[in-house]
Amino acid sequence: MAQIKGPKGSPTIDMTPMVDLAFLLVTFFMLTANFRSEEPVVIDTPSSIADLETPKNVVLITIDKGGRVFYGFTAGEDARIRVLKSMSAKYKVAFSPEQYKKFSTLSSFGCSVQQLPAYLDLDVEERKKTTFSVPNDSTNNQLRDWVNYGNIEGTSAGAIKYEEAAADNPDVEMNEFKPKFILKADGKALYTHVKNVIETFRDLDLNNLNFVTSLEAGKEK
Amino acid sequence: MADMGEGGGGHEKGGKKRAKKGSTRVDMTPLVDLAFLLLTFFVMTSTFSKPKVMSLVYPAKPKPDQVVEEGPKINNAITFLLSENRIFYYQGQYYPKGDPKATVLSETNFGSTGLRKLLSDLNNYVLINVKKYDAQFAKGIINEQERSDLIKKAKENTKALKVLIKTDDKAICKNFIDVIDELRIAQVGMMAPVDLMASEYELIKAKTK
Repeated sequence: MAQIKGPKGSPTIDMTPMVDLAFLLVTFFMLTANFRSEEPVVIDTPSSIADLETPKNVVLITIDKGGRVFYGFTAGEDARIRVLKSMSAKYKVAFSPEQYKKFSTLSSFGCSVQQLPAYLDLDVEERKKTTFSVPNDSTNNQLRDWVNYGNIEGTSAGAIKYEEAAADNPDVEMNEFKPKFILKADGKALYTHVKNVIETFRDLDLNNLNFVTSLEAGKEK
Repeated sequence: MADMGEGGGGHEKGGKKRAKKGSTRVDMTPLVDLAFLLLTFFVMTSTFSKPKVMSLVYPAKPKPDQVVEEGPKINNAITFLLSENRIFYYQGQYYPKGDPKATVLSETNFGSTGLRKLLSDLNNYVLINVKKYDAQFAKGIINEQERSDLIKKAKENTKALKVLIKTDDKAICKNFIDVIDELRIAQVGMMAPVDLMASEYELIKAKTK
């Protein structure tokens, strides 16, 4: 019997569209990805129905499970250096130019000013192993000073941004550009630790605080 | 692109000498591998949802030289006392031990059957009003601004629930956030975190023993 053979197609597949698609997706994800910023500790935030976006200009206090306190702010690299200079003058701790440079790129840290020079000399992995915390008890409240200087720098950085934005759009509100105070506390942290930090803010007359929470699924309003 | 120059070097007319043409077909498999590897990497590392924040306004600390004003008499207040994953409450004013109306703590839970039900019952006045204003807003009787003003007014009404939150030394942050969250859901406008009194601490201790 004569078998009818279909024309044998080439077994190689043209992969061009697939490659096109793959690279398109890669490009998309590359451009949209905002990487998790380097954090000194892993924080498991409690969930809530709150749906406010995280503001841009912030003073961030992180409190981990064990009650360690970390401090960070986003006013910019120059502002960081100015804050560190203020702290260095106040607590009479000297920093080298390299340490200033390192500090300017540090997103968040947890140690006292006295420990800070040594802390800055450590590399990222070693820093994670430290067990220091920013002191915020009534006898040695360094956090209060950090927050205060951070607030001043954040306010001036916000004012510049506001002027820029106001030039384009007169409707923008000054309030949006002021630094916001964010508490990122682990759900398992003792509330007394959190309360100490809150009291520090309230001492400075900063009464509007924001808690970082993860969005709760299935809990309707 | 990949199929360009299929069957390289077939017909050669004339005497032109050409170098032997190899196949120009490029094997794209490694390229695809790489592309998908990168794709997987970016999908995994990108954080889509930015963390949300919950804004809380604390009452300002009174200045040392400032006379503390006595607020209007509290007629619809509830005090929550938080301990480790447990929540107690009492309504109205605190009466110390020995008083005929001595305060007794009741316990509830953080779930929808406990705290949420309790708050929605107690804050019924505001919830009903909010619903009313929402309906009016939907019909176009009032605008966005009027609605938020009316809701704000209802929350400040004397019939609206006022909440005090006190925490003991064992309460964790999650407990506090959970309560604040429930207050949001129940549209409670007035809340204040307050320090625990020693006598209240005794009551919690007796309960959690």
